Amino acid sequence: TISSPLATQIPQAAGAAYALRRDGGKQCAVCYFGEGAASEGDFHAGLNMAATLGCPVIFYCRNNGYAISTPSVEQYRGDGIASRGIGYGIDTIRVDGNDIWAVYAATKAARKIAVEHNRPVLIEAMTYRVSHHSTSDDSSAYRSKKEVEDWSKRDNPVSRMRAWLENKGWWANGDDAEIAKSAKAEVLHAFSAAEKLKKPSIGLMFEDVYDQLPPELERERKEIDALVRKYPDYYQVHDFARQ
Amino acid sequence: MYPHAVSSILLARSGKAAIRGRLLPTAARRLYSSVTENDNVEPIRGLDLGVAHSKLLLRTVSAVRSNSELRTLGVAEGETRKMNMCQAVNDAMRHALTTDETSVVFGEDVAFGGVFRCSVGLADDFGRERIFNTPLTEQGIAGFAIGLASMGHTAIAEIQFADYIFPAFDQIVNEAAKYRYRSGNQFNVGGLTIRTPCSAVGHGGHYHSQSPEAFFAHVPGLKVLMPRSPVQAKGLLLAAIRDPNPTIVFEPKILYRSAVEQVPVDEYELPLSKAEVLKTGKDVTVVGYGSQIYALENAIQMIERDMPGVTCELIDLRTILPYDAETVAESVNKTGRLVVAHEAPRTQGFAAELAAEIQERCFLRLESPIQRVCGLFIPHPLVYERFYMPCAVRTYEAIKNSLSY
Repeated sequence: TISSPLATQIPQAAGAAYALRRDGGKQCAVCYFGEGAASEGDFHAGLNMAATLGCPVIFYCRNNGYAISTPSVEQYRGDGIASRGIGYGIDTIRVDGNDIWAVYAATKAARKIAVEHNRPVLIEAMTYRVSHHSTSDDSSAYRSKKEVEDWSKRDNPVSRMRAWLENKGWWANGDDAEIAKSAKAEVLHAFSAAEKLKKPSIGLMFEDVYDQLPPELERERKEIDALVRKYPDYYQVHDFARQ
Repeated sequence: MYPHAVSSILLARSGKAAIRGRLLPTAARRLYSSVTENDNVEPIRGLDLGVAHSKLLLRTVSAVRSNSELRTLGVAEGETRKMNMCQAVNDAMRHALTTDETSVVFGEDVAFGGVFRCSVGLADDFGRERIFNTPLTEQGIAGFAIGLASMGHTAIAEIQFADYIFPAFDQIVNEAAKYRYRSGNQFNVGGLTIRTPCSAVGHGGHYHSQSPEAFFAHVPGLKVLMPRSPVQAKGLLLAAIRDPNPTIVFEPKILYRSAVEQVPVDEYELPLSKAEVLKTGKDVTVVGYGSQIYALENAIQMIERDMPGVTCELIDLRTILPYDAETVAESVNKTGRLVVAHEAPRTQGFAAELAAEIQERCFLRLESPIQRVCGLFIPHPLVYERFYMPCAVRTYEAIKNSLSY
């Protein structure tokens, strides 16, 4: 499930991993977060709990150099996130996050440790955030365009993979033009189909707060129903599916 | 005298005769925050106060046999055992652990038995993989519990004191409460139960006395309970553990030792979101929960003693979220008057919610303004606790105000 507060998933991953351990299926949990989220209290709580309780979980930190506008030099003063793993007694590796095979190898090794020994592993994957943080961000406000272009040319995980594939003779320049075109068309098609869909029916707003609808929410549902029936144009009900 | 178990033991040792009617000599004066055992003063006039003398507890087997709710649940006729509230909590957890292989109990210091001994013997019987200590991190405990519950396991997490629940607030409010809703019911953390000792204990001060139920009563998606006794604690906790929603159970710590009842040994779940009418009356409705029930019992005794003919209806809310407004409204429609009491500070406390809801439902029936008797709007004090608390005397005054408006 998705939530906005950062790092909350870290101790949750430790708990989920503990459940997996108890279930006996030799599975592990894997938990992703950025170097910014690793400053949150939940990071420290989660890693410490995973280590002390023996949770089969891979903590994977994507260190891309920026948390919105905050560069990593303002995020921490120690040796990245990897140095913290040592402090918690956790097996740790720092890996080139733009090297797909390095990441694959590190994650595979981490999984083996996690499920065979029931203990956590910390992977810090070093990379660079080429894009803006989000569509609400214009990163030229805090970094030079040149910095971004240099990184993108010099150390681009997609280009590196392409070069590796071409080197192997498994990919030729131009193979991707057709794929790029059809992938884009597919996305745009899905996008416009989704835009045409009606929003979920209004009554669903009250579902799943609890497993069953309590009396108070039943009352509120009736209240909103009556309001919407009274002022349909204000509430734009035609955008929503019928009950 | 309200139920301060520790201080009443110490004062009893010093000899009641020595302090009746006059101040203690300096050398013998106890530096605790409770009032003296000078119970001949106004308005007590010799009334036996507190949980130790409460008639609401099911102290005898016959009291259990005749309890209508336990009869409905089918445990009124079975074997009972004398238990205090922490033993009842222990028993509830035992039933959960025995019947649900995925259930685990964890928190700070729970393995050796817990600082209030609520988890005594559990590690021996169920093993250290299921009953374990965590490092000292409430946010970690809550997050870990959510992770366990999200995998369909049953997580029974202890927060050592309710005063320390605040680091876990983000996990509880932003994660646990919203888990089912935000995923369109694809996932849930219904298997999550947090239990935590709360409320005044006589010497707790700012950080061992808080009753933070109001913070959580404001969060859609959570359930919040507070039991008043061993029988209630066992049934409500077991119901909470098995309820498919994240639930917080606040356990008034002063009742752990001082509240003793005959408790059915079989398992039973008390209904959530169902208030209990403990005593019927026609003139005023008095609502509370947790340890406050005993102060209310005493206040009502004083009212009915001083105003012959007046009868008060006492209601234990039991579940604070989602709460049983129906039972309270039905009572107020009968009596026309409402007094709500809780230890938590008055402003924005739960009584404000109940007062607003009941005035909306019963406006024309009300004969007097709804009275709220609550903790003062100050951090829970140490030496001043007797003034802070919504004690029997302050509640007595409020009920009188309500009746004489």
